[in-house]
Amino acid sequence: MTKFVVRRLVWTIPVVLLVILLTFTMMKQIGGNPFRQTERAVPASIQRNLERKFGLDKPWYVQYAQYVRNVFTFDLGPSMVLRGRSVNAIVKEQFPRSIQLGGLAMLFALVVGVPLGAVAALKQNSTADYSAMVVSNVGFAVPSFLVATLLIYFVSLKWGLLPTSGWATWRHKILPPIALGLGPMAYFARLARGSMLETLQQDYVRTARAKGLRWRRVVVVHVLRNSLIPVVTAAGPFLGFLITGSFIIETIFAIPGIGRYYVVSVQARDLSVTMGLTVILALIIVVANLIVDILYGLLDPRTREARA
Amino acid sequence: MALLEVKNLHTHFFTREGVVRAVDGVDFELERGRTLGIVGESGCGKSVTALSIMGLIPKPPAKIVEGQVLFEGRDLTELDEGELEDVRGRHIAMIFQDPMTSLNPTLKIGTQLTETLRRHLGMSKDAARKRAIELLEEVHIPNAAARLDDYPHRYSGGMRQRVMIAGAIACNPKLLIADEPSTALDVTVQARILDLLEELRKAHDMAMILITHDMGVVAEAADEVAVMYAGQLVERAGVQDLFDRPEHPYTEALLGALPHVDEEHVRESRLTTIPGRPPNLVDPPEACRFGPRCPYASLNDSCTQVEPQLRELRKGHWVRSAHPASERAGVPAEVGA
Repeated sequence: MTKFVVRRLVWTIPVVLLVILLTFTMMKQIGGNPFRQTERAVPASIQRNLERKFGLDKPWYVQYAQYVRNVFTFDLGPSMVLRGRSVNAIVKEQFPRSIQLGGLAMLFALVVGVPLGAVAALKQNSTADYSAMVVSNVGFAVPSFLVATLLIYFVSLKWGLLPTSGWATWRHKILPPIALGLGPMAYFARLARGSMLETLQQDYVRTARAKGLRWRRVVVVHVLRNSLIPVVTAAGPFLGFLITGSFIIETIFAIPGIGRYYVVSVQARDLSVTMGLTVILALIIVVANLIVDILYGLLDPRTREARA
Repeated sequence: MALLEVKNLHTHFFTREGVVRAVDGVDFELERGRTLGIVGESGCGKSVTALSIMGLIPKPPAKIVEGQVLFEGRDLTELDEGELEDVRGRHIAMIFQDPMTSLNPTLKIGTQLTETLRRHLGMSKDAARKRAIELLEEVHIPNAAARLDDYPHRYSGGMRQRVMIAGAIACNPKLLIADEPSTALDVTVQARILDLLEELRKAHDMAMILITHDMGVVAEAADEVAVMYAGQLVERAGVQDLFDRPEHPYTEALLGALPHVDEEHVRESRLTTIPGRPPNLVDPPEACRFGPRCPYASLNDSCTQVEPQLRELRKGHWVRSAHPASERAGVPAEVGA
């Protein structure tokens, strides 16, 4: 297992190199310039100085090599737009909030979605099943900004139960994760239901019943564990997607997370911020997938062995 | 009192296409320590009969609509799920056709054996583990103590079936139901699994229901044979009597369809088949279900009007047919010849 993890971690290096190259190329292709803002036009001489300062006057491969060197020394450089702020500082300050938001959303999605799907499968074609699937369909179909708006309107404004925005106390941290996690929750419910129904048909479940095991044990030990495998597989990309910040949810709830910075930095052509965040997000997704693969091995001994 | 008495069992599947009468009249008795072979072609209701005894039919769509399953005098069809769970694995155990899929791939063999022991006999973890090693040894798995911590994918098909058997005999059940236990296995392994079953049946003084479509297996292992056709039991007799003097035209045809390797020119001769196909069980023939395929049906038109009942032709030999062999005098040549 250790060998497997080390090998996977070594593989992240080419992934990061490729991510840097692709982002770098794309950012160059959209053109524009962090210093050429219309509202505060900068004299050409100062602009040249700025470009020299950030190395933008050098050929692209020199810039690329320099950037790669920075990344591997964990220095993502200074922001080109926000004076006096380094990308490292931005990440350090904003990112924990997004991780927290995404983590809570993921928790919500799993803790509600999987049991919902499991109950639906165990009571197939019952009212409980149909209700669960209606909830799941609605949750999947309604966009998160609408959910967020409705939650704020009813829970915060009409009933005054929770604050409308911000990210200070635990009371702020209830609505945003629900709004963000509703879609994934619906997806997990559906996935868990389908997977459970399939597992319930397996011969080894019949064997477990033929052994006279209590139904509760059959479900928990023989059905649940095997049906979680596809859920875990899907959970990896979702986890990466959720904790790397949601521009929409962070904007609606006024959460100073990384998602907003990301979008703003692209618009402002703040190359170093965009690059830095992309690299970090890529790493997060790589790690999330690695965690999933480790979990996968814990759930299914056959994959564990194939890696040895 | 017989160990197991199945009386007039009817298990139907209520599907969108209609009511499938998968088991539609099965009667038999099984004494302690005896082996009953149930034979018949695919889809004749052998497995559904077994699952009905175990209370393992999928509900819905299946339902036991009529009949009794008396195990030591207690009607299992009357029990609720909790009571059935106490019987299954403890008093009646079952092994299935496909050992490749019958074990949980994500649990160690040890866990799958000890969970039965702990459930029914209330053993401690250590005691159950010790007993599990003995069980693996009993089914001749070498290096049993170490193999307990392996997962099923490390076992071959034959070994997995041995594990299934070890699990089935774990609590010394009085009845073991083996549903095509050797069918999915390699030919060379089949005989060894059947030998093992017989060895354990004797050692544990179990009764056994052996479901198979292989007449050879039945001849080898069973004391009594029940032949099923289209959801009904059509003939039941001691194994010797059945093979020597089959009465039901279907049984005759089945035996006639066995390839004879002792004949000359065996390679040139064609395999004998039974003309026609088994009936659709949603809408089976009203009277005799074998009627449309029976070479004697034309002798007497009762075949298309009266459903034949199971009757005892001679001591211990039951048949459901208007034209059993011993009541036919000077009638057409052999079936299927």
